[in-house]
Amino acid sequence: MWAVDPLIELDEVRVSRDGHRVLDGFDMVVPDSGTTVLTGASGSGKSTVLRLCNRLLVPDSGVVRFRGRDVSGIDPCELRRRLGMVFQHPVPFPGTVAENLAVAGESDRASAAALLGRVGLDEGLLDRDARKLSGGEQQRMCLARTLATGPEALLVDEGTSALDEDATRVLEELVVDQARSGRPVLWVTHDLAQAERIASRRICMPDPPHRGDGEE
Amino acid sequence: MAADPTPWGLAASAVLIAVAIGLSAAQRLGLGRSILWAASRALVQLAAIGVVLAFLLDESTPIAWSWAWVAVMVVFAAWTTARRARTVPGVFALSLTAYAASCVVTLLVLFGFGVFELTPRTLVPLSGMVVGNSLAATVLVGNRLVAGLEDRRDEVEARLALGLDSRAAAAPVVTESIRTALIPQVETTKAVGIVFLPGAMVGLILGGAEPATAVKVQLAVMYLILGSVATTTAVVALGVRRRAFSADHRLILGS
Repeated sequence: MWAVDPLIELDEVRVSRDGHRVLDGFDMVVPDSGTTVLTGASGSGKSTVLRLCNRLLVPDSGVVRFRGRDVSGIDPCELRRRLGMVFQHPVPFPGTVAENLAVAGESDRASAAALLGRVGLDEGLLDRDARKLSGGEQQRMCLARTLATGPEALLVDEGTSALDEDATRVLEELVVDQARSGRPVLWVTHDLAQAERIASRRICMPDPPHRGDGEE
Repeated sequence: MAADPTPWGLAASAVLIAVAIGLSAAQRLGLGRSILWAASRALVQLAAIGVVLAFLLDESTPIAWSWAWVAVMVVFAAWTTARRARTVPGVFALSLTAYAASCVVTLLVLFGFGVFELTPRTLVPLSGMVVGNSLAATVLVGNRLVAGLEDRRDEVEARLALGLDSRAAAAPVVTESIRTALIPQVETTKAVGIVFLPGAMVGLILGGAEPATAVKVQLAVMYLILGSVATTTAVVALGVRRRAFSADHRLILGS
């Protein structure tokens, strides 16, 4: 039993892609606090699980719940604002950093500057071309952009795999801080050392056939 | 006096085909057979269309036949588009809708506002201009949009993940695709009269019309073409976007 209500539950979820079963009756419970790290081998379906959580993907069968509600009954745009996502590779949109934040709804300059401050970026970057930032800066800007929607929780899909070690540590700290300040995180990684560093709880993806709750 | 080539004159113009074939051989382009095939096809197709036009434009032929011919052109254009843009989902139905919409809009303006009198002699060539000139842009916008959504999948999904709906998430790709397809026609419209004399105007002048009349007709035709290209590209782009996403705002194209 979890001490708090679950943030996300997957119940008997099946997903197939290109004729292959990616998830086969997969169950998972993510608690509504701290940093839960989902680990597993490459191709085990970790990213698929994250994409199911915010309905970028829908299961062939089974149920995905967010705070007790079946996500299929939640408006997908609302769900995605409530469950912010950071992708494996930084995806800066064309334009300046300020314009990137405006896409997420943060068009007030002072608030945008404050948002950059929360991810350790200088407000002087607001007018810089987002695509000309370093990889680490881009990923932090993407985190700021995600935070601009005011999410209740964060999904991180191998968010540091494209970063060097220093940039990785910075991002880990920023995301774990979010979890400490009450915004729970579900972080997918294949890096067990990283899982060791940041996880308050860990879930291992089973090798195929994906079945059963692999909570540790 | 109207220009009317004699059969001998027409045959003499085929010397230019021989020039093209000769150049191809000299430069080892390997296009000799293709040039000959293209020239022969053009001869047969134009001869056939000449017979059809003679029937359609005959004063005793009801205009319903001209409308039927327009419908055939629209279907054939949609079929050609479907062959050239195979990656576009539902391309035949989409382009059929686009060409039909384009014909309705542009012909309504031209005939509704009395720019031209509605007769087989205006309906058939003007519809041909609408459909023929929209074809390349329609193929281009469909192919570019599909490729753009696939190439920029990460960017589109990142926008969706921020809570944007599919329309907003795809907007940059859609805009870019429509711009790419429209720009050639916009540039052509800008250059008309300076860089080149367009076909309709040349045809009218060779046919003996006053230059002022030819200019007026050409202007109306240029605006017609611009309007039709804009209409078809917009319809196809919006159709592709609808088919690329699910109702719950997921990018399903290619997945």
